[in-house]
Amino acid sequence: MDNTIRVSVTDRDGKVHELDAPTDMGMNMMELCKSAELPVEGTCGGMAMCASCHVYVGSDHNLPDKSDDEEDMLDEAFFVEDNSRLGCQLHLTDELDGLQVKLAPVGN
Amino acid sequence: MIQTDILIIGAGPCGLFTVFEAGLLKLRCHLIDALPQPGGQCAEIYPKKPIYDIPAYPSILAGELVDRLMEQAEPFKPGFTLGERAEQIEKDDEGQFILTTNRGTHHRAPIIAIAGGLGCFEPRKPPVPQLADFEDKGVEYIIKDPEFYRDKKVVISGGGDSALDWTIFLAEGVASEVTLVHRRKEFRGHLDSVQKVMDLAAAGRVNLMTDSEVIGVNGDGQLKSIEIKTKADGNHTIATDHWVPLFGLSPKLGPIADWSLNITKNAVEVDTFDYSTNVPGIYAIGDINTYPGKLKLILCGFHEATLMVQSAFKRIYPDKNLVLKYTTVNGVNGFEG
Repeated sequence: MDNTIRVSVTDRDGKVHELDAPTDMGMNMMELCKSAELPVEGTCGGMAMCASCHVYVGSDHNLPDKSDDEEDMLDEAFFVEDNSRLGCQLHLTDELDGLQVKLAPVGN
Repeated sequence: MIQTDILIIGAGPCGLFTVFEAGLLKLRCHLIDALPQPGGQCAEIYPKKPIYDIPAYPSILAGELVDRLMEQAEPFKPGFTLGERAEQIEKDDEGQFILTTNRGTHHRAPIIAIAGGLGCFEPRKPPVPQLADFEDKGVEYIIKDPEFYRDKKVVISGGGDSALDWTIFLAEGVASEVTLVHRRKEFRGHLDSVQKVMDLAAAGRVNLMTDSEVIGVNGDGQLKSIEIKTKADGNHTIATDHWVPLFGLSPKLGPIADWSLNITKNAVEVDTFDYSTNVPGIYAIGDINTYPGKLKLILCGFHEATLMVQSAFKRIYPDKNLVLKYTTVNGVNGFEG
């Protein structure tokens, strides 16, 4: 299908969700998870200011580098690993077809 | 006891605009906010971010929006209880609400408007086992009085300005030993603070541990040591009197959850007729409420505030008729003092 990619999201119970994502709507990973009613808060609305959309990237896609804002926010997040990203900063583009992410645990 | 007509919980954009709309109906307001300044998220999280969907403002900085809302509310002389969290409500024998904050300040009003946004901002607590057992027993999330740390061993975690600034302050003749633990090598604080910390580390006055995180706390009723995991060489145990994790703030619904309100997914259910909750006399407006079709937008919160004060007026003065008056016709008649 045109303008649609498939990504897989593993929730915090280990369940894998295969989601079809439009690439022509300016959406990001956080918004995709919310629209699929996965337990992602997206508290700050996508400004890289809350880390409630923290995910681990499991596939070896060539992702855009983290911005300073994203790195700064990850400094205040917990359970951060080398493959940590903020979902709101992962813009859904055709290159991300087949992306695999896992929702990070929620802190206190 | 602070007496008012509408007690607004949350001094964000919605709460501030409520003051104006209530003022037009000659109702007085008092605002309570857990943060030390008005403005809510706009002031605390993103004051320098532009907002593009405020009608008639093609672009306005969040901080500037707060300043203008304060200016708009000013004629109606709102009261503020800042830096205190609304904790507990009860009703007195005249049917008025008595609201007490975490610092024991009492407020009394016939109407409560919850404009609490995402909730109250509280320090982010790292997910370390048994952390709660050591809170105020060696673990503090906020440095209130640096003298508290005089001649003590202190570990600070975090990579932002508050972590850097306190590290510098405590290392310069206050604490006996200061360790700064940070997730990566780079710091995001002001460049001169970063340089200062590096200089102190080089001089042996700060024990700088980067690519590291605290993973455990130990002690016997009082903090004695912490476990630190370092990327390069595994785990270390460091003896310390205090650990101060500085990971910023995040919002929590907080005590509102215990007020017998109907709550779905961290939001208070309201009737869109007047944004009333299931508890008569308590309303909820802005990001904290939910109803079919809800959009978390500042402009929707303004609308909710406007309708809500009409209903509040009717509750306070059941026998008075309310006629919509246009500010264009009548101007804004503020209160004296």
